[in-house]
Amino acid sequence: MSPLLEAFGGALALIASGDRALLQIVLLSLGVSLAAVVLATLAGLPLGAAVAVARFPGRQAVIVLMNALMGLPPVVVGLVVYLLLSRAGPLGSLGLLFTPPAMVIAQTLLIFPIIAALARQGVEDAWVEYEEQLRSLGAHGIGAALTLVWDIRYSLFTAVLAGMGRALAEVGAVMIVGGNIDGVTRVMTTSIALETSKGDLPLALSLGIVLIALVLALNAAAHMVKEAARRKYG
Amino acid sequence: MSAILPLRMTDVSFAAGGRTIIDRVSFDLSAGPSTIVLGANGAGKSVLMRLMHGLLAPSAGKVEWLGDNASRARRLQAMVFQRPVMLRRSVLANITYALGLADVPARDLDRLAFEALEEVGLATLATRPARVLSGGEQQRLALARAWALHPEVLFLDEPTASLDPAATREIETIIKAFDASGTKVILVTHSLGQARRLGDEVLFVHEGCVAELTPTDRFFSQPASAEAAAFIKGETPWI
Repeated sequence: MSPLLEAFGGALALIASGDRALLQIVLLSLGVSLAAVVLATLAGLPLGAAVAVARFPGRQAVIVLMNALMGLPPVVVGLVVYLLLSRAGPLGSLGLLFTPPAMVIAQTLLIFPIIAALARQGVEDAWVEYEEQLRSLGAHGIGAALTLVWDIRYSLFTAVLAGMGRALAEVGAVMIVGGNIDGVTRVMTTSIALETSKGDLPLALSLGIVLIALVLALNAAAHMVKEAARRKYG
Repeated sequence: MSAILPLRMTDVSFAAGGRTIIDRVSFDLSAGPSTIVLGANGAGKSVLMRLMHGLLAPSAGKVEWLGDNASRARRLQAMVFQRPVMLRRSVLANITYALGLADVPARDLDRLAFEALEEVGLATLATRPARVLSGGEQQRLALARAWALHPEVLFLDEPTASLDPAATREIETIIKAFDASGTKVILVTHSLGQARRLGDEVLFVHEGCVAELTPTDRFFSQPASAEAAAFIKGETPWI
């Protein structure tokens, strides 16, 4: 039997057995990434909407920066957060390094530009369509931006989902600031890297399968919500 | 009675991208007669309307509301666009949203919105999502949204340009109701028939300038400007 098939069989058996260590890793992954998505959405959606609607000097530069930061390398984000949180760093006294909160911070910084940039694009497209009507009705500024965000809420789902996918899939940032400590900061992607290098391919592959299944399920759910909304609200 | 009319345009110009679209236009519009802004495509009718409504700021000149209630000019105007823009919410909520922006007390929102829907014959669709309505229905909803605001001045930018004849008739009936209720109707169109049906006076726009402002009857029987005469002849070559 080929090693890949062998590993695949082992992976399915491990998933079916409901292995506790596996479950713990999956839950921590989900917890860290969901927390990061919530925080990045709370900050990114309003920022994206504001940049879409507001006109100020340097706006084009801000848009370019936001778009560029979508491709931020996770290891660089991890390194910066590491320097901030390390004993000698400005936030070292908080003692957060190598804890799940540090991983949430790093992932929040990583996906915040993704959500902000995609929200900016979506809100701006809607603004082009609605601007005259909304201004005629007397809506402006934050009120107008909130109206747009609410109106395209199902499209913004995609932005949030892109952030979630990125957070779940990245390994560099959580590896550096989390340290991949067994039972404490070990998540799916860091375990896959570790187990692969140790040669425990079934565990690595089973984690990979769970990861892909999770991302698939998330996207399928979001797609269904969006389609239902499109049929309902046009 | 407090009012925002008359509207005075003084040497108003508007340029964009190095091109002059409206060129030193001056006229007064007073309460009472419905005004048709008539002209060929590209004459600058829609831009002129947006300047009047305040959606565009003039490059030069002044747009003034001369009535004693001019400070509330913003609130007392409404505009209906060629393509109605509806929010992704119910028919009723699209109206209550506009009323909310106009500082109508929350307890009156639903009642006023329903009255407006009944006026345009959409009351039975109140709970439907606005965006799934037909084009004609959406335009009636846009008119209901304006109706609920009880504007002193209603701007309409080719409101029937993308509608079939039946829907056009419905829209024109509602516009007449606005006129009958005392709202000043200002309507952009390039349709001579619509101008005759709905207009008391015609503001004829030609290449960014106002060629004339004349009562409708006189405009069609003996236009004062050569441009208007040519336009009428061009649109109705069988006369």
